[in-house]
Amino acid sequence: METAYLIETVIKIVVILLIFSALAGIGTYFERKVLAFMQRRLGPTNVGPYGLLQVAADGIKLFTKEDIVPTNVVGRIFKIAPVITAATAFMAAAAIPFLPSFTLFGYEVHPIVADINIGILYILGIMGVGLYGPLLGGMASANKFALLSAARGAAVFISYEVVTGLSILAPIMMVGSLSLIDFNNYQIDNGWIVFAQPVAFILFWIAAFAETGRTPFHLIANDHEIIDGFGTEYSGMRWGLFFIGEYANMFFISFVIPLIFLGGYGDGSLLGALALLGKVAFFFFFFLWTRAAWPDVRPDQLMWLCWKVLMPIAVLNILITAIVMM
Amino acid sequence: MAQVKNRLTPFFENITFDREDNEMILNFGPQHPSAHGQLRLMLHLQQEEITKAHPDVGYLHRGMEKMAENMIYNEFMPTTDRMDYIASSSNNYGFALAVEKLIGLDVPRRAQVIRMMLLEINRLMSHLFWLATTALDIGAMTVFLFAFREREYLMDIIEGYCGARLTHAAIRIGGVPLDIQDNFITQLRTFLDKLPQNIKDYEDLLDTNRIWLMRMEEVGTISTEMALSWGCTGPMLRASGVKWDIRKEEPYELYDEVEFEVPYSDKGDNFARYRVYMQEMRESAKILYQTIDMYQECVKNNQTELMAHSPKYISASKLDIMTQNYSLMQHFVLVTQGMRPPVGEVYVATESPKGELGYYINSQGGPYPYRLKLRAPSFWHTGILTDLLPGHYIPDVVSIIGTTNIVFGEVDR
Repeated sequence: METAYLIETVIKIVVILLIFSALAGIGTYFERKVLAFMQRRLGPTNVGPYGLLQVAADGIKLFTKEDIVPTNVVGRIFKIAPVITAATAFMAAAAIPFLPSFTLFGYEVHPIVADINIGILYILGIMGVGLYGPLLGGMASANKFALLSAARGAAVFISYEVVTGLSILAPIMMVGSLSLIDFNNYQIDNGWIVFAQPVAFILFWIAAFAETGRTPFHLIANDHEIIDGFGTEYSGMRWGLFFIGEYANMFFISFVIPLIFLGGYGDGSLLGALALLGKVAFFFFFFLWTRAAWPDVRPDQLMWLCWKVLMPIAVLNILITAIVMM
Repeated sequence: MAQVKNRLTPFFENITFDREDNEMILNFGPQHPSAHGQLRLMLHLQQEEITKAHPDVGYLHRGMEKMAENMIYNEFMPTTDRMDYIASSSNNYGFALAVEKLIGLDVPRRAQVIRMMLLEINRLMSHLFWLATTALDIGAMTVFLFAFREREYLMDIIEGYCGARLTHAAIRIGGVPLDIQDNFITQLRTFLDKLPQNIKDYEDLLDTNRIWLMRMEEVGTISTEMALSWGCTGPMLRASGVKWDIRKEEPYELYDEVEFEVPYSDKGDNFARYRVYMQEMRESAKILYQTIDMYQECVKNNQTELMAHSPKYISASKLDIMTQNYSLMQHFVLVTQGMRPPVGEVYVATESPKGELGYYINSQGGPYPYRLKLRAPSFWHTGILTDLLPGHYIPDVVSIIGTTNIVFGEVDR
C-alpha cells in the first residue's frame, strides 16, 4: 500500500473526527435554539454572541467534572461502554461519502474514508454494534433505572434493525450495489429513489428515529420515566461520550437518508455538494422539529409499531418491488 | 451467630435477583423527576409491567395540623399557603371560610367578589400548571412552555394584588385585606380575551395527536365505584362519571349567582381527566367574566366594605384604629392574643382546583384551635395509585401520576 494513500486516509479520519465532534457540540446549540424558538423562548444567550460559546462552556464543564465510578458497578465494562457508543458512531462514518470528490492543489480528494463495496451493510452493521454502548453501560451500572434502559435499548435496537434492513432492501435490489457512491451514481441516471420507493423512504426515516433514540421514540434515556436510563450513573466526559455518540449518529443518519433516497450529491458539482448539505440540514432540523411537536410513545407501543405495522409493510414493499422488477 | 452481611439492607433494594420468580422492586422517587414533588412509589415489576404499587408519603411532612394548634387563627393563614402551593389562595380561602362559619361572620359582598376572582384565577393557574407538567411528563415539551407563559400572566396579576406570586396569603378571616388594584380588571380582561385562543393552541397540539391519544386513552381507567370508594373528588371524580362539584352542590360565596357548567365524563381514563381539566379552564374564564361585572356593580352601588364588621373577632378598619380608642384596644387584643371563637366544631369543604379541600376545626373557646384537621384531595388521589397502577407499564405510571394532579405540599401537609 502506497504511503500517500495511507497519509491521505489518516488525514481524512482526523478531519472527520474533528468536524463531527465539533458538529455534535454545535448540534446541541442548534437543538436548544430551534426548540427555544418553537417554544416562545430564547435559548442560550449569555455565553458569547447569541450564546454560541455555550458549546465551549458545556465542553469545559464536561471535561472538568469529577469522574465518578460508583461502588457496585462492573468497573471495566462501565468504563468501556461510552467509548463503544462514540466509537461505533464514528466508525460508521467511514463508508459515507460526505461530499463529491474534488481537486485540491492538483490532487483529487475523495471525501470518503473507505469506498468499500458493502458500504451500506457495513454502516448498518456498525450501527447495530452501537447497541452495546447503552446495553453494557446500563447493565454494568448497578442501577435499576439503567437496567431497565438497557433492556429497552436491546429491544428497540434489535427490532428496528429489522425495519431498517428490510426497508433498505428494496432500493438495494434496484441499484444492485451496496456502495453509497453507486447509489449516488444510480440516482443521477434514474432519478431519486424516493420517487420509486416512497414507502421504503418513510420506513427508513421512522426507523432512523428509533435508531438514534430521538423523540417520539426517546425511550432508552427517557428522563420522565427512567431518569437518564443507561447514563444515570455516568458523569463528566464519560457521559459526554454517550452524548457525542448520540449527536454524531444523528448527523450520520441525516447524511445516509439523502444519499440513499434523495439523490445524494448529484453529479458532483458544487451545487450538488451544497444541495447535499442542505438536505442533511433539513433532516437534522426535522429531528428537532419532531421533538418540539410530539410526545413519546410507550415501549410496548413502539414494539407494536415495529412488528405489526412497519415490518409487514417493509416485507410487502420488497415483494412488490421484486414483482415489478421481474 | 454469624452476621449476615447485608442484613440491614432494606428488602426493597434488591439489585440482584436470587430466585427465578423474583420481581424487581423499583423505588420510584422520592427524587424522581416525574414524582411531582416527594412521592415515593415502591413498584413491583415484572419486566416493565407493574404487579404491585405502594405509594409512600411523608417526605414533605411539616406537621401543619399540629402547628395550627399552637398558632392563633390569623397566624395560621400563611401556613395554609404551603399546602397546595400551586393554588395557594384556595387554601387560604378554605381556612378563612371554616373560621367564618365557626364564628358566624357575614362577609361583605365586595370582599366576596374579590375572593371569587382570586379563587378562579388560582383554579386557572393550577389547571395550566397541571397541563404543563402532565404534557412534559409524556414528552410534549412545547405544551409545557406554552402553558407556563399563560400562567405567568396570571401570576403577574396576583403579584399586583398581594405582592406574592406563589404563596399569596391574599385572604383574611372575615374578608380580604385589600381592594383590587387599578389595572387588575384590565389585565384580567386582556388575559381572559386571549385565553380561548391559547386553550385552542394546546388542544391543537394534543387533541388529535395520535401519540398523545395512545398514551392517554384507556390508560389509568378509574370506574365510578372505584373513584367513590377511594374518596376521589374534583376532576378525578368528575372524569369518572360523577357530576359532583361543591360549588354547585353546596354553594359557598357567590357561586349560586354565577352561571357555569360542571364538565364531566364517564370514561374515567387519563384522556377523560384531560378533557375535564380543559373544559374547567373555560368554565373558570366564564365565571371570571361574571365576577368582573359583579365587581363593577359593587363599585357602582358604593359597597366599599372589605372586612366583616364584628369587633369581637375582626379588627376595625385602619381609620377607626387610628381615631377611636376602643377600636385600638380591640385591635391590640386581637393581635397579641388572637380571636377566641365560640366553643364548637365545624367542617367546611370547598372545591379547590384539585378536589374537595376540607377544614375541620374544633374550638374550645381559646385563641388556639383545639384540633385542626386538613382534608387535602391529593392525599386520597395518591392512595388510589395502589389500585390503579398494577397492570400498567412504567411510562403509564408517569402519565397517571400526572393526571391525578397530586401536589405534595398538600399530601404531606
